[in-house]
Amino acid sequence: MDFFDRFAVPHPSFLIYASMVGIGLTMLAIVVGITYFKKWGYLWREWITTVDHKRIGIMYLLSALLMLFRGGVDAVMMRYQLSMPENTFLDSQHYNEVFSTHGVVMILFMAMPFIIFFFNYLVPLQIGARDVAFPRLNALSFWLFFMGMGLFNISFIVGGSPDAGWTSYFPLAGNEFSTSVGTNYYMIAIQIAGIGTLMTGINFITTILKMRAPGMKLMKMPMFTWSAFIANVIIVFAFPVLTVLLAMGTMDRLFGTNFFTTDNGGMDMLWANLFWVWGHPEVYILILPAFGLYSEIISTFARRNLYGYKSMVASMVVISLLSFFVWAHHFFTMGQGPLANSIFSITTMAIAVPTGVKIFNWLFTLWKGKIEFTTPMLYSMLFIPLFTLGGVTGVMLAMSAADYQYHNTMFLVAHFHNVIIPGVVYAMLAGLTFYWPKIFGFMLNEKLGKWTAWLLSVGFVLAFIPMYITGLDGQARRMYTYSESTGFSAMNMVSFIGAAIMAIAFVLLVYNIYYSIRYSPRNIGSDPWDARSLEWATHTPVPEYNFAITPQVESTQPFWDSKKNGHQLFKGDIEKIHMPNNSGLPFIMSCIFFVFGFAMIFSIWPLAIITLIGILGCLAYRSFEKDHGRYISVEEIKETETRLRGAKK
Amino acid sequence: MKVDNSLPLEYSTEENNLKILGFWIFIGAEIMLFATLFTAYFTLENRTGNGPTGADIFEIAPVLVETILLLASSFTIGLAIHAMRLNKKKATMGFFIVTLILGAAFLGFEIYEFTHYVHVGAGLQTSAFTAALLTTLGTHGLHVTLGFFWGLFILIQIKKRGLTPETANKSFIFSLYWHFLDIIWIFIFSFIYLKGMM
Ligand code: HEM
Ligand SMILES: [Cu+2]
Repeated sequence: MDFFDRFAVPHPSFLIYASMVGIGLTMLAIVVGITYFKKWGYLWREWITTVDHKRIGIMYLLSALLMLFRGGVDAVMMRYQLSMPENTFLDSQHYNEVFSTHGVVMILFMAMPFIIFFFNYLVPLQIGARDVAFPRLNALSFWLFFMGMGLFNISFIVGGSPDAGWTSYFPLAGNEFSTSVGTNYYMIAIQIAGIGTLMTGINFITTILKMRAPGMKLMKMPMFTWSAFIANVIIVFAFPVLTVLLAMGTMDRLFGTNFFTTDNGGMDMLWANLFWVWGHPEVYILILPAFGLYSEIISTFARRNLYGYKSMVASMVVISLLSFFVWAHHFFTMGQGPLANSIFSITTMAIAVPTGVKIFNWLFTLWKGKIEFTTPMLYSMLFIPLFTLGGVTGVMLAMSAADYQYHNTMFLVAHFHNVIIPGVVYAMLAGLTFYWPKIFGFMLNEKLGKWTAWLLSVGFVLAFIPMYITGLDGQARRMYTYSESTGFSAMNMVSFIGAAIMAIAFVLLVYNIYYSIRYSPRNIGSDPWDARSLEWATHTPVPEYNFAITPQVESTQPFWDSKKNGHQLFKGDIEKIHMPNNSGLPFIMSCIFFVFGFAMIFSIWPLAIITLIGILGCLAYRSFEKDHGRYISVEEIKETETRLRGAKK
Repeated sequence: MKVDNSLPLEYSTEENNLKILGFWIFIGAEIMLFATLFTAYFTLENRTGNGPTGADIFEIAPVLVETILLLASSFTIGLAIHAMRLNKKKATMGFFIVTLILGAAFLGFEIYEFTHYVHVGAGLQTSAFTAALLTTLGTHGLHVTLGFFWGLFILIQIKKRGLTPETANKSFIFSLYWHFLDIIWIFIFSFIYLKGMM
């Protein structure tokens, strides 16, 4: 029995057992359901083995929504725990676990896949390509991400959750203070997902550099594609740091090395430094694509060309460079001396300048525009003021002397939620609403959508603005409770109410999806918003090959020009199209990775070695495999084209 | 597949072009990976705890041999690619084989070196310095090991399938990888060994 003891939850509670049963039953229901409806074959052929960027994108989307739910439950639990002084809903250990998983899940398994969903779905369409540069690698990226996510999420029912924060600072995350396997999960699950993300980065840089439609110079790319390009460059330069960091952390925990320990020369601050060398660029990986989406949406619904295209691009380039030189602002208080602090203060504040340029560009785009308040536009208009507030508090935090007051208080928590929620999350929801008709062929209900946006914003303000105040009053972050005499109770209750309203907003979003599936009209054509760039120039649903004829581009908004200025997008005849074959290898290899990760987490060495050999075997198989893809014939394309043209009005 | 005959074989198709660019970007990521390892190494270099220092354990002889072996293999893989461009299958394979033998010999010496370190009490767990040292060297060694098998597979494919746009592309990319590992080794040699021995 000793062997199985390690899988037990070290610090169980009723809630954990209940979720265990819940997860078990859901899995069973899914398996039974698929078997009953005989969908295994369909699932395997159309989804699991697919290399189509659109389908891979949709799988990223589903993962992100699932994780939004998981992270959201964590969030509401934390806010409820803090809503009253001396609350006993969660004890300190559970609270530690909940805030640690909340952070990791939201950043790495919700926000990241959400933006990668947009990369996948939009980038090839926006540049007029047939797929990404390496479709098979793309599938591998997804499945590695998915398995990493799965591994991370089972931690709380098998062996115990990570509990050292999403930043997992040593020595807290070392064996001495984090005794369960929780932090092993952190090290290894993120490693597996991270490798997937790194390959996404390589894939999209190559795609954007090499596969643009004829005439689309770099400075004619749609703004979202630009933002995706820069975000992927940051990925390629930042994620290897994470890879090394996690490998060293893993070795400290599993093999007894002394990288971050407190004796034999180990240096705990090395973790903090390297973590943020990756971590700060990471937050810009999230926000830049969000900026890209806002640019698309604002210019579409202001019915104007994006103001200051060149300065938009330049500011993103500057942000991406600066983002690598600000990392120490996360630990001004941790002893590096006034000179270093001053330098990092200045670089940090400098980031506010290009960010400000972008804000003004959006405002000038709106200026004299014929603004139409659709749901995506509403999100964008809520984003501008709320995000600006977050940026301003960021500059406050950037003043190293003042940071001694703010650091690790609720003020900091308010800051980063203030930039991430109105910045990233709103962009995801705006983009989802905007592109929903392109992806699924019907619109989400506008009225429900606007209700969601407003509720979310009211909830957001109630939940997070009070934290600025209690933070300045000294309420520390990551504390599981406080006493009545601190006077924090009222504000924390307000926060909880805000969080509950946000939860309701998300429920409304789900209801909106359900409602629209049932009642939304289907004959909306392929361009329901009267939009401007190439992704709207093809049919809805988008055929497998995206464009029957590769489009010709002359400006930053070729589709708009083709509608209004007589630009001819599609010249020439249909030719046969080369497409990649489906493959089960990415999925199989990622499954082996999952088992390998699991074996590592629990130090089951024989299994780890066997699975490692399995992974290498897959790579070897891939090396010898001959796969030249296939062709879609001209007849088949013509047939599809007529059918799709008939489908819209 | 459209083949453009005016270009070298490894660049002759669209797919090949994509793969070469993609690999360059991958090398960019690898540079960051090793840069991080070097950063960690330089930070922890003097934090030897109760363990030995670099000067205590480094031996110039095996390191010099390793350096010569790896540099020579970088030269021979260059010759292999040159032969490939001249469409000489036999010569390409010959130089590939020499490269792989040199690579294997390098690994042999490295394994000897590692056992030596453990022997003199500089194991993975001894101190922050030894952990950083062995991880940095180990990561490079692991790359060479993977490269060895990868090269072997390509060699077999050239033998079986001849010099096609595909095998040429793979060989070319492999040579980029191999040169890259060589450059990393030069950094290791200068900034870990030489600096450590001074
Ligand atoms: C004008 C731009 C910004 C400035 C000047 C800024 C400044 C800062 C500073 C100085 C800190 C550290 C404070 C402390 O620990 O005491 C911080 C933390 C943070 N910021 Fe920002 N920030 C900016 C924008 C953003 C954006 C756009 C995002 C995300 C999309 C973001 C996400 C975060 C996160 C996640 C943390 C802290 C995480 C943690 O400690 O757990 N920030 N910011
Ligand atoms: Cu930062």
